Amino acid sequence: MNTKEMIKINQLNKSFGDLHVLKDINMTVYESDVVCLIGSSGSGKSTLLRCLNFLERKDNGSIIIEGNEVNPRTDDLNKIREKVGMVFQNFNLFPHKTVLENITEAPIMVKGINKEEAIIKAKQLLKKVGLEDKSDVYPGKLSGGQKQRVAIARALAMEPDIMLFDEPTSALDPELVGEVLTTMKDLAEEGMTMVVVTHEMGFAREVADWIVYMHDGKIVERGTPEEFFNHPKEERTREFLNATMLK
Amino acid sequence: MPSFSHFFNILMETKGVFLKAMLLTLELTVVSILLGIVIGLVFALLKISNIKVLELISDIYVYLVRGTPLIVQIFILYFGISGIFLLPDFWAASLALALHNGAYISEILRGAIQSVDKGQFEAGRSLGMTKTLTLRRIILPQAFRRALPPLGNQFIISLKDSSLAAFISMNELFNVATTLGSNNFDEMTYLLIVAVYYLLLVALMTFVVNRIELKLAVSDR
Repeated sequence: MNTKEMIKINQLNKSFGDLHVLKDINMTVYESDVVCLIGSSGSGKSTLLRCLNFLERKDNGSIIIEGNEVNPRTDDLNKIREKVGMVFQNFNLFPHKTVLENITEAPIMVKGINKEEAIIKAKQLLKKVGLEDKSDVYPGKLSGGQKQRVAIARALAMEPDIMLFDEPTSALDPELVGEVLTTMKDLAEEGMTMVVVTHEMGFAREVADWIVYMHDGKIVERGTPEEFFNHPKEERTREFLNATMLK
Repeated sequence: MPSFSHFFNILMETKGVFLKAMLLTLELTVVSILLGIVIGLVFALLKISNIKVLELISDIYVYLVRGTPLIVQIFILYFGISGIFLLPDFWAASLALALHNGAYISEILRGAIQSVDKGQFEAGRSLGMTKTLTLRRIILPQAFRRALPPLGNQFIISLKDSSLAAFISMNELFNVATTLGSNNFDEMTYLLIVAVYYLLLVALMTFVVNRIELKLAVSDR
């Protein structure tokens, strides 16, 4: 077991107006862990994930990334975001740039890597996600699954220590889900620290080290896939698992 | 109505003076469009800055410009400002046209920027790009493409609006046409001739805008 704390969250709270979406969240993610956040819509799992990348600002509590507590007001969030990659449900590829340019944009513009080097790296990443033949294509020509794999390559190009996935397969046709999950599984096997918001119970059971089940802004239960799926402790978890027919 | 051969004869006889006037019209238009884009972009960014004071400044500017006739703005710049420091008539007209266009262009650009999916902004930010960099590299290129059709429209309007510079005695197309027309007691012929020149310029402008649109459309599915 790795013991390096990549993410540590203490008493995190977040509200949107009157809506209290995250309630006293505590969570630690160790190096090379794959944590799957599951729960029904509106349970707060996506908001929690977005807080980790500071796309949402916490109201109170602390978020510690690789040992440093982050203060969004005073810290350079761009530096932190370089270490924390994010993959979105709707891919958010840059439509006016080719696949290759999508991947090289941030390394060149943010890290100041020279163009040739960035292109070599991008091509390696494209090969890794199985899309080496698509480098000069615009995103509009890709299928959903291909778009998401490019988005993963784009995030990886910044060489992050942590990858966040916000329902990466929810916008995909069912037959395209597999290719994205395979890419993510490969990444997990390489030891990437990953936090994944997902409805893919099969993936969670197979790939996750830890399952965190959220309901109504709170973490209801957490455990290994074996504990969580086979011996859920909480009544609420059992209801959820029954409803998803995967008990 | 003048006969066609009369119209054609005059058209040929006057082409030297009209081409010169057309060049001035083109200069006025191009300068006012380029300046107008810069002004428009600045006020569009103020408007979306989420800073109340800056938003208000942008609102007031747009209100003042849209709320008064262009000819009034040209006269204010020409007669008013020239009293304080010397503003050559070309620059009085160009500046008035640019300030005028800028207000409309700022609204076009604001709309286009806001129409870009906010996921694009988040994607840029999540890669460690600063707000400015994300705006410059990700949002504005997409916004500009969406803005092109209404911008093309605005460019054509500003071309025709440049005829108002005639009223501060600039020898652009419209002024030349009315002057020659009344000198020769033949207004209709000269008005028809000047219409031809405007149509030519609009055709040219439409062609250029369409080419840019095509060029930027490479990424379309």
